[in-house]
Amino acid sequence: MDSLNILGLIFVLVFFGLMIAASVVLRQREGRKLREIPAFGRLRRAIGLAVEAGSRLHISLGRGQLLSPQSAIGYVGLSILDRIARSTSISDRPPVATAGEGSLGILSQDTQQDAAKYLGVESDPMRGRITGLTPYSYAAGTLSFIQEEDIGANLLIGSFGNEVALITDAAERRDGMTLGGTDNLTGQAVLFATAQEPLIGEETYAGGAYLGAGPMHIASLYAQDILRWVLIGLIVMGAILKLFSVL
Amino acid sequence: MRNLVYTAIAIGVGIVVLLGYFLQFDLLVNLRIVLLEWATILVATALLIGVVNLFIVHWRKSTTDQPNRVNSIALLAGLTITLGVAGWFGPTDPYSLWIFNYILIPIEASLMGILSVVLIYAGVRLLRRKPNLLSIVFITTAVVILLMTGPLFGIDIPGLAELRIWIGKVPAVAGARGILLGVSLGIIAAGLRILIGADRPYGGN
Repeated sequence: MDSLNILGLIFVLVFFGLMIAASVVLRQREGRKLREIPAFGRLRRAIGLAVEAGSRLHISLGRGQLLSPQSAIGYVGLSILDRIARSTSISDRPPVATAGEGSLGILSQDTQQDAAKYLGVESDPMRGRITGLTPYSYAAGTLSFIQEEDIGANLLIGSFGNEVALITDAAERRDGMTLGGTDNLTGQAVLFATAQEPLIGEETYAGGAYLGAGPMHIASLYAQDILRWVLIGLIVMGAILKLFSVL
Repeated sequence: MRNLVYTAIAIGVGIVVLLGYFLQFDLLVNLRIVLLEWATILVATALLIGVVNLFIVHWRKSTTDQPNRVNSIALLAGLTITLGVAGWFGPTDPYSLWIFNYILIPIEASLMGILSVVLIYAGVRLLRRKPNLLSIVFITTAVVILLMTGPLFGIDIPGLAELRIWIGKVPAVAGARGILLGVSLGIIAAGLRILIGADRPYGGN
C-alpha cells in the first residue's frame, strides 16, 4: 500500500480525533472565545440591518462542482446561507442565493426550504437561482440580478475566479456591502482588491463558526489551528534541516 | 425519521468513498468508483435542472411587467435558438460552431475587456478605501509585475527581469502556499463536518 496514502489517512484521522476532542472540551467549558474577524462582525450587523430596513441579502455560492475539491467551499456557503435564512426568514424580504452550478442551485433551494420549514413560514423555491453555467455568464447573470433587486449586502462565498470583480463592482455601484471569500488564489487576490470585506485563506471556512452554526464548527476551527501550528513547525524544521544539508 | 435515513446514507457513502481513496482494497475501490459514477450522473442531471431553473426564472420575468424584461426575452431567445441548433445539428456542426465562435466568444471576450477596466478602477479604489501598508504592497507588486511582463517601449532596465522572477518564485509562491495550506485544512474540516453529520447540505439541519 502506498505510504503517502497511509500518511494522508492518518492525517485525516488525527484531524477527526482533534475535532471530537475539541467538541468535548468546548461542551465542558463556558464562553468560547474566537479570534476577532472584523468581516463577520460587520456581516452580523448587516444581517440585523437587513431585517430592520427590509432590504434583501444576497448570497452568491459560486461555481464549485459537487465532484471536485471546490465543493467544500460551496458547502461552507450553504451552511452560511442556512444561518442567514434562519435569522432573516421573518423579514419582509428573505435572502436570495445565486449559484453557477446546477447541484449547488438545487441545494440552495433545499437549504432555504429547510430553514423556512423550521421557522414555519412559506418558502419560494425561486429564492435559489442559477444565474449562469459558465464563469462569465454566471457573473453577467448575477450582476444583472444585483442591479434589479434592492440588495443590502452581498456575500460571495464559493468558488470564483477573476470574474468575481464584475459582481463586486455591481454591488459597489448599488452601495451594498460586499463580503467575499473563495478557495481560488486568483479569486482571492481579486476579492482583496474589490470586496469591502475580503476573507483570506481559511477565514472563509470559519464562517459557520462565527455565525453560530453549531459547536462542531468551532471544534473544527480549533483542530485547524492545532494542525496549522504542526504544519508550520514541520515546514520550519524541514527548512532548517535543508539549510544544514541534512535533508 | 426520514432525515435520519438521509444522514445515515450520506455518512455511509462518504466513509466508503474516503476509505476507497486511501486504502487500495479491491472491494472498496470498486465501490468507490460505482458511487462516483452515480454521483456523476446526478451532477449531469442537476446541470439540466439548472438550465430549466434559468429558463423558469427568466420566463417569469419576461411574462410579468418587470424592469429589464427585454434582457430576459433575449436570454430565452438565445437559449432556445442555441439548444435547437445544437440539439438538431449536433454540437460540432458548423452552425453550432458559428454560434460559439461569433456570438459566445466575442461576448466573453468583451466581458474580459470590461474586467480589466474594473480591476484598474478597483486598484485605485483600494488605496482610497484601505490606505494601509498591505494595500500599498499589493498595488506596488501588481504594478511592478505588470511593467515587467510587457515590453516597456523597448527599454531594458537592468535588474527588473530578475526582480520579477524573484517576486514570482519567492514571496508569491510562499504566500500562495501558505494560503493553500489554510484552504486545504478548511476543505478537510468542511468534509469531516459533513461526514459526521454536523453539516447537512442535503437537508435536515
